[in-house]
Amino acid sequence: MNQPSENPIIWDTQMRNCAGRLDRGAAFAHGREVSTDDITKLLEAVIEPGDRVCIEGNNQKQADFLSRSLLKTDPSRVRDLHLLQSVLALPEHLDIIERGQVSRIDFSFSGQQAGRLAALVEQGRITIGAIHTYLELFSRYFIDLTPKVALIAAQAADREGNLYTGPNTEDTPAIVEATAFKNGIVIAQVNEVVDKLPRVDIPADWVSYFVKAPTPHYIEPLFTRDPSHITEIQILMAMIAIKGLYAEYGITRLNHGIGFDTAAIELLLPTYAAELGLKGKICTHWALNPHPTLIPAIEAGFVQSVHSFGSEVGMERYISARPDIFFVGRDGTMRSNRAFSQAAGHYACDLFIGSTLQIDMEGNSSTATKGRIAGFGGAPNMGSDARGRRHASPAWLRAGREALRNGTMPRGRKLVAQIVETNREQMQPAFVERLDAWDLAESAGMELPPVMIYGDDITHIITEEGISNLLLCESAEEREQAIRGVAGYTAAGMARDRRMVENLRDRGIVRYPEDLGISKRHATRDLLAARNIKELVHASGGLYTPPRQFRNW
Amino acid sequence: MEQFTLSYKTSPRLQEGHPPQLCGVVASGNLEVLVEPLDSADLCLIEVNTSAPGFRLIWEAVLSDFVERNRVAGVRISINDAGATPAVVGLRLDQALDAYRSAV
Amino acid sequence: MKNVKPASFFESSARVRVAKLVDAGSFKEFCPPQLRRTSPHLARLNAPVAFDDGVAVGSATLAGHKILIAAQEGKFNGGAVGEVHGAKLAGLLDRGVRELPRAVLLLIDSGGVRLHEANAGLIAISEVMRAVLRCQEAGVPVLALVGGACGAFGGMGIVTRLCNEIIMSEEGRLGLSGPEVIETVQGVEEFDSRDRPLVWRVTGGKVRRALGEATYLVDDDICSFRSVTAELLCRYQTKPLAPVDIDEISAEHARLTERTKRFATARDGREIFQASGFVDLDEVSLLPVAKFNQQLLESL
Repeated sequence: MNQPSENPIIWDTQMRNCAGRLDRGAAFAHGREVSTDDITKLLEAVIEPGDRVCIEGNNQKQADFLSRSLLKTDPSRVRDLHLLQSVLALPEHLDIIERGQVSRIDFSFSGQQAGRLAALVEQGRITIGAIHTYLELFSRYFIDLTPKVALIAAQAADREGNLYTGPNTEDTPAIVEATAFKNGIVIAQVNEVVDKLPRVDIPADWVSYFVKAPTPHYIEPLFTRDPSHITEIQILMAMIAIKGLYAEYGITRLNHGIGFDTAAIELLLPTYAAELGLKGKICTHWALNPHPTLIPAIEAGFVQSVHSFGSEVGMERYISARPDIFFVGRDGTMRSNRAFSQAAGHYACDLFIGSTLQIDMEGNSSTATKGRIAGFGGAPNMGSDARGRRHASPAWLRAGREALRNGTMPRGRKLVAQIVETNREQMQPAFVERLDAWDLAESAGMELPPVMIYGDDITHIITEEGISNLLLCESAEEREQAIRGVAGYTAAGMARDRRMVENLRDRGIVRYPEDLGISKRHATRDLLAARNIKELVHASGGLYTPPRQFRNW
Repeated sequence: MEQFTLSYKTSPRLQEGHPPQLCGVVASGNLEVLVEPLDSADLCLIEVNTSAPGFRLIWEAVLSDFVERNRVAGVRISINDAGATPAVVGLRLDQALDAYRSAV
Repeated sequence: MKNVKPASFFESSARVRVAKLVDAGSFKEFCPPQLRRTSPHLARLNAPVAFDDGVAVGSATLAGHKILIAAQEGKFNGGAVGEVHGAKLAGLLDRGVRELPRAVLLLIDSGGVRLHEANAGLIAISEVMRAVLRCQEAGVPVLALVGGACGAFGGMGIVTRLCNEIIMSEEGRLGLSGPEVIETVQGVEEFDSRDRPLVWRVTGGKVRRALGEATYLVDDDICSFRSVTAELLCRYQTKPLAPVDIDEISAEHARLTERTKRFATARDGREIFQASGFVDLDEVSLLPVAKFNQQLLESL
């Protein structure tokens, strides 16, 4: 039956297509090197209409020069693009949509561009494929959203095209791996071209072109929290978290979200937690960016290991000087990796704790507000029970025991805590009967309301009022009252059933500071191991170099 | 600005002779609380002057919880508020009363 | 808690600064909050008022010396001087002329005149200036302590420079027009108020000390402010403030002329530090206060 066909199936169309692109691109490159002035022409030569284009950019590192260059391409040639992005961070990312060169976008987070994006969706100028979590988006790069062209950012290239990403490796390996091995084109902007790299993060063989950007790629100092802004209320919540959660479960492996609430916890480790005798017993292993506010805990010997999604501006020298703690290459600089750290946060941590904007009475939490499509980032990866996890740890087993209701099969449970003040600035309540996410889903035509952390994944809620352990609730009604019980003077909180909440309190499901032996009067800024950025610099032995906007000296 | 005075009948009367105490600062999201002796032995009088109008019901809930929690009469409490959250108000009230009780 | 740090001057409220600076329990407040001398202007503008109008004034002892003391609350309207606030300051200084304490201490934390009550505030500040001079004429030294978030700017910058001594922390700032004002008037090319290291290189405690305007640079804790102040009070006890004579004025003029020459080409704090003998200019901002003072002393 094996008759030669008239039209034999061709199995290497993609490879041939790629070769064609490289042929066209060769006119604007010397080997892999493209001169700064030729980059727009190169992009026009190698990008085809309808291409899936991944622009590297997350909440930190940005391939900003390549984004700007894409904006200069001829819209009649570079069009119908399907953009893939971790984060729509820069105005340029939306400018290209406004120029009509993009028809579809898949992403994970939009942050500052959330309002503009919502407007473009409403005007029908862009279709959103889906909004992902980081790990989901990276995963799809290897299944059904493989980039045809990846525009990435690295610190340096050598003449061959080997890349050194430096401490901000971040998404680069995931993007390049997916693109390079599926016949895609990888174009890197680099801050400098050198003869010899400190180390090779991406081998030249995986890189199609590199170009020296006129200015170094932008990195947002997103994880720097100035301790001088931490309030007494946040310190009180941090005390509740440490005593009512960390100490209780003996949590050693964890991830902290971004924000002042968790920064306060970090700064209370060498003081309050140490006083409670918790050094060595909690917070030893982290999936965490190099938060400057972790410096005092590291210096106090609390921390044994930190793996990071990305780096943090100004922390480079400190990290290099603490290779026992951070993941540092033989060249002496850190290597981060967002995909691996997200996976680590999901599978190898016993606790995720982060802030949110709204929590409903089922415990669902969301940062979505009407008129802003902000997306998810990485929080849901960490803030969800890892149902594929099999290895045990004391904290995981205890949470599992507390969660066990029906059946007899014991299993563990990830601790997922939300830490919020009951009211934000301008008396915006954090506890609501209905999430704004419902309205956003309706107005933006989403299939589901964008929920950051689902209620059934949340195990604890911490506010300045106290802590609720949702694992111990016997019914949906108890759960609801346990949430209302710490919702303070929000309308949702004032609608609590006082008798039921007292009952939950008797059973240790709702615990107020006095139940934990915490005196609110001790919640003062004097408890912070560092009260300002300068004290962080001093704690680091002068190794931390904060960005200038954070200095007051 | 919105101003109102709430009066709570409560007991026991705090021992006399404490000097007035001022706690906190009038700054955005913050407030100052002045605690002084009051002649009426069975009253806790609270005067609120707030820059955020429209939250009287919440003030009433916060203040009645405060009175419930502390059970103190014979005091006059005056508040200048610049938009503090209930959490900050509660904390500051407790701090101010503590300071007043321990002041000689 | 044993890990608790020394009380930061920068962090503390005006009242805590006073309480921890003077001998424990010695502060007797004039015109205290319960008198409710609040600003009629702010009330009329429907703005929040403070029971002390943002300044606490009174008498106290410090290391046994009788002093009068005022502390501005930088968090209330930026420590700005309104009519009542200014009257409290001027009244305190006038009392100094009558009571002749060892010194009057001004804990300054202010951007200057309160814009809500501009005319009254301007007049109040000029009254404060005259009152400072009257105190000094009566032989009572006036000391400025600057270490709050608002620094000492505008009219209060001038008041500060009228004082016999200026004790600053590195975080403290001293100037006439504040950084934002300069940027607004002269443009961001002239002065970028968001460039915080620049702001501190031009107005901060270290550069003011290098220029000789601040007479002491201390660490940002109230204890350090207290010990330097105590030392100065002892010195004024042994050698009371003498009326200014022509020789002294001439000497001061000569010193200023010399300073103008010395820093003639300086366009930035870095150059001031360079001319002051510092070698590693990147390190100056992080130098501990004791080391900074020592290096400065060695270069003089």
